Amino acid sequence: MNYTFIALVENKPGVLNRVASLFRRRNFNIESLAVGRTENPSVSRMTIVVDCPNGEMDAHRIEANLYKLVNVIDVQDVTHQPNVTRDLALIKVKVAPEKRAEVNGLTEIFRARIVDVAPDSVIVEITGTEDKIEGMIELLRPIGIVEMVRTGQVSMTRGVNVGVRRMPGMNGERLEKVAELVAAP
Amino acid sequence: MKLKGAEIVWECLTREGVEVVFGYPGGANMPIYDAMLNYPIHHVLVRHEQGGAHMADGYARVSGKVGVAMGTSGPGATNLVTGIATAMMDSVPVVFITGQVSAHLIGGDAFQEVDVTGITLPITKHNYLVTRAEDIAGVLREAFYIARSGRPGPVLVDICKNAQIDACEFVYPEEPKLPGYQPVTRSPRVLLDEAVALIEKAHKPVILCGHGVIMSKAEEALMQFAVKTQIPVTSTLLGLGAFPASHSLSLGMMGMHGEAYANNAIQNSDLILAFGMRFDDRVTGTLKTYAPKAKKIHIEIDPSEVHKNVFVDVPLVGDVKTVVSDLIPLVDEYDHDEWLEEINGWKNEVDSRSIMNWNEDGKLYVAHLIADIWKATGGGAIVTTDVGQHQMWTAQYYQLEKPNRWITSGGAGTMGFGLPSAIGAWFAAKDQEIWAVAGDGGFQMTAAELTTAVQEGANVKIAIMNNNFLGMVRQWQEFFFEKRYSAVNMLTPDFVKLADAHGVPARRVTKREEVNDAIEWARKTPGPVVLEFKVEQEDAVYPMVPTGAALHEMIRRPVKQAG
Repeated sequence: MNYTFIALVENKPGVLNRVASLFRRRNFNIESLAVGRTENPSVSRMTIVVDCPNGEMDAHRIEANLYKLVNVIDVQDVTHQPNVTRDLALIKVKVAPEKRAEVNGLTEIFRARIVDVAPDSVIVEITGTEDKIEGMIELLRPIGIVEMVRTGQVSMTRGVNVGVRRMPGMNGERLEKVAELVAAP
Repeated sequence: MKLKGAEIVWECLTREGVEVVFGYPGGANMPIYDAMLNYPIHHVLVRHEQGGAHMADGYARVSGKVGVAMGTSGPGATNLVTGIATAMMDSVPVVFITGQVSAHLIGGDAFQEVDVTGITLPITKHNYLVTRAEDIAGVLREAFYIARSGRPGPVLVDICKNAQIDACEFVYPEEPKLPGYQPVTRSPRVLLDEAVALIEKAHKPVILCGHGVIMSKAEEALMQFAVKTQIPVTSTLLGLGAFPASHSLSLGMMGMHGEAYANNAIQNSDLILAFGMRFDDRVTGTLKTYAPKAKKIHIEIDPSEVHKNVFVDVPLVGDVKTVVSDLIPLVDEYDHDEWLEEINGWKNEVDSRSIMNWNEDGKLYVAHLIADIWKATGGGAIVTTDVGQHQMWTAQYYQLEKPNRWITSGGAGTMGFGLPSAIGAWFAAKDQEIWAVAGDGGFQMTAAELTTAVQEGANVKIAIMNNNFLGMVRQWQEFFFEKRYSAVNMLTPDFVKLADAHGVPARRVTKREEVNDAIEWARKTPGPVVLEFKVEQEDAVYPMVPTGAALHEMIRRPVKQAG
């Protein structure tokens, strides 16, 4: 099953390599990885989708190993949390002028947009969940896809959530909360 | 105060309390070596960077401080790699400082340019490439902090030559700025209570003591806890020394070559308390049948170790010393007399098979020699080893009472570790007796450091157990490959002459009756000394849990026939 992690990392050279290396080193397969800046210029945000054949155990290992990286500030496993997930695709379709209307119709149904028109092709921009994009691709394929690019999945939890640093064995309790529970000496 | 980058390096090391650096100069770190002349830190010129890495490692393990090793760019840095991996696998705090070509040359395949931070990424706790003099102080501050805090480990700092030469204002930061690095030290009370509930219910509990106990200096807490709860203690290879071997609750070493009674205790236990250990495959045997009846409590500072190999019922993430100290007032006094009785039954059965009870047959056995060294040194020496049969025999028969004196490459299993780590250990404990036990194979891997020992006057005694075989591989070929010996028969140089060429006093021992005299002679002779023992060629380490077998399915030493 695919698990989705959001990692906040220091915006420094080599950090992406450290994260990618970790998955290789621990033998996990990354399905998708999207990186970008945040509102804070010193922090980048990654959305990582990983195949976890052993479910929760793998998810725990990935989370704990991500934390171990010195440049990783926070990790959230948002797989089971209410979240908004988006992927963006640009799809170039070879289409003669007389058939453009068909593509136009499809784009409207999928709430996609045509962002470029050339004499014999158009570029469709579509944003949405993976399912929606896959659906659009299936319908455009018979018309003739020439080229396609996808950003990879980005995710954000709903409501105010400043990050969940979980403690092993604490059923997903946040670290801040766990810290309050710590035994007094 | 404006200083050159190279001077800043030494200013930082001075502030971190570094006394000794093990290194090798070259093109890309010459400014650092030039600046070194103005600072009082002692530099040890090694003969190969791998030796320097192991020396820093041995120094760190004995002193409890951060070791420092240096190398130049390119091959200097790649020669460090084995030593870095060794420190990583055993969680030893070492800071490695390598020179790098100037920043503007990076990526251009310049002379002696190698992507060192890329190569060492998976074998360091963290690493840095420093391209500007302004960054050196902050990075070194962080490097030392990361190396020694949390789960300790090696940190590499690769410093470009231009950064060493350029001058800038020197400010040593008070605090490292690491927003993403906050090691957890305490476990929450709710989990401690869950652990206590399991301990209360247990009839057959056993403590597995790992390297973490020594790293966190938790030996006193462990003793208090074990005595109060009357729970026996068995150790991993690297946990040896944390709990005194002579104590009635001590079960010695567990695992592949552990004591049979320790392994039996684990397999029959109903509660395992793992203290600062990571359920390595060498201590668990096959996981399918590992401690099937036991609930498991895991005290571990690194959350990524929890549930990694063995699923545990109560994970207590935190510093072992802190967590165990928090547990002590929460547990009651128990007695586990029946359980200890049962274990003693296995203990006595083992004694009848022990090589220690063999009659004299004129041959030299490593197990006996280790016991002889143990007797001669009163069990109080610092002992380093290489890797292989002699390492296991030393673990079994050099019975330790105190921590930080058993220096061996556990996780990585690095041959060639013994001699250099002993030299490093000497710098941490010059007033103590130090023995390096090596096999003929491993000794030859880093034998060049003999000269380093002479140049530094390192007072280390080197016992080479020469069976003219790569003994452990031979043993595996005997047991698992139908005795088809492949590439294990080894011609060795005349070790006595070799030592002589280095100016090291040496003796070859071939007869039983020469042993004690030779050991005493080595102990009395100042400086490095080599003893070569011509030992029985085809002895095997027992007991042995074959790979893939359950922990209790041990190959045992055959009972020796009389005569």
